[in-house]
Amino acid sequence: MNHNWNFDAVWANPEALLAGAAGTLRIFTICLVLGLSLGLLVGLGRYSVRQWIYLPASAFVEFFRNTPVLVQILWFYFALPMLVPFEISPLMAAALGISLNSAAFSGEIFRGGIQSLERSQWEGAQALGMTDAQAMRRIILPQAIKRMLPALTNRAIEIFKMSTLASAVAYVELLQQGKLIASINYNPIEAYTVIALIFFAFLYPLVQATYVLERKLRQGD
Amino acid sequence: MTSDTALPLLRVTGLRKHFGRDEIIRGIDLDVAPGDRIAILGASGSGKSTLLRCLNFMERPTAGRIVLGGKVIGTERSGHDGKIEVSYSESELTRVRQRVGMVFQQFNLFPHMTALGNVMEGLRTVKGMARDAAAAKAQGQLARVGLEDKADVYPSRLSGGQKQRVAIARALAMEPELLLFDEPTSALDPELVGEVLRTIRTLAEEGRTMLLVTHEVGFAYHFANRVLFIADGVIHEQGSPDEVLKHPQQARTQAFLARHNEFQF
Ligand SMILES: Nc1ncnc2c1ncn2[C@@H]1O[C@H](COP(=O)(O)OP(=O)(O)OP(=O)(O)O)[C@@H](O)[C@H]1O
Ligand SMILES: [Mg+2]
Repeated sequence: MNHNWNFDAVWANPEALLAGAAGTLRIFTICLVLGLSLGLLVGLGRYSVRQWIYLPASAFVEFFRNTPVLVQILWFYFALPMLVPFEISPLMAAALGISLNSAAFSGEIFRGGIQSLERSQWEGAQALGMTDAQAMRRIILPQAIKRMLPALTNRAIEIFKMSTLASAVAYVELLQQGKLIASINYNPIEAYTVIALIFFAFLYPLVQATYVLERKLRQGD
Repeated sequence: MTSDTALPLLRVTGLRKHFGRDEIIRGIDLDVAPGDRIAILGASGSGKSTLLRCLNFMERPTAGRIVLGGKVIGTERSGHDGKIEVSYSESELTRVRQRVGMVFQQFNLFPHMTALGNVMEGLRTVKGMARDAAAAKAQGQLARVGLEDKADVYPSRLSGGQKQRVAIARALAMEPELLLFDEPTSALDPELVGEVLRTIRTLAEEGRTMLLVTHEVGFAYHFANRVLFIADGVIHEQGSPDEVLKHPQQARTQAFLARHNEFQF
């Protein structure tokens, strides 16, 4: 097996790769924001003593943790439009699937983080006259997030990688563009190598940045 | 004004607290007048912490009535079997806790905030003070406990005694009418106990109203104008420090004090 590596065809069309990168970043950002904020709500919901909050939040977590993201994306793209009176774009379907799935997983991270805080922190806040909501916002969550940071970082990286699943509904992102380049030029080796390297170039600094952040946050301890 | 000062700041009647089937507080009556310094002694498990925690409603009393500044806390309703049921709203309890401060054995400082941040927190979040005003006030409170130079230090870098003094400053900043101390020196190394007791003594000299649960019998003697000895969830003996600590009448009080004095010379 002798392969003559030739990247010319990959670089010949930089706009294709740029469009892919832009698409990946767009869906990543959407899913990160939606997934984590929805996850926070779900996590708080699973911490609630009120059954009408706790039960739906738990059902949500169990459902989305126990179905594959790819199936969810395909369902939102092909099945949901038959049930609702509006069109579902590839971005909408993929973002919904990835965000809801991430919300289910990060919800569990938030719940665990909140529960890991000692009761004495709640009591210190209460004794000053704080409401439960104020104690959560000012005392519990900031400390919990610090503890959850490694797990949340992993979630963010997972979301970045999951964005490639959007190619299943032909959303324009890096993998989708790689497939396109490979099929036009018959150069899958070069095309997918470049795509992999671009992902690495995005993710490696992201991981390094979170290490720095973690170290900074730990200064107070 | 004159009739005002005669009124107790806090009046507790028939206080009971159950945890499941166990009755931990079994009927306590207590009046606290403005300026009172009450030391609470008793064996481990006798219910001292539970009593204090009922007074700022960290524990909800099972029965009884707590009147603060002439006002009954909670909304009383007579239930179907004639028993009085009390319900509390969150806003009422947060207001009560601003008036009844608490200092804990384990300090309960917020580790993600500096000493100044800890003292500012209640002023900002609960009282809604502007940042500058809260910072200035918090700085003043730190100075009162002798820690003005530790404002920017995180709790993890403070000694136990310094932590407890920050916790006292944090409670004082809210200007409570009544301060509850639950064994404030029990978690400290012996050489750090003195600085915290001195801080508490200063507060006593200012005429603050305080309830102090402590095992420091000597300090209680000098600090308090009244001493309560708690056993099995009731006030077993009470009176002046001389009466209770020097001339206890009850056998259990005598035995407790004898155990505490065993290794003194
Ligand atoms: N939240 C709770 N649930 C169940 N039991 C409790 C709870 N809090 C306290 N108790 C029980 O109530 C009893 C009295 O506890 P409390 O902490 O008031 O005693 P204490 O006099 O402060 O003792 P110590 O000197 O050891 O601090 C103990 O037997 C304890 O186990
Ligand atoms: Mg105790």
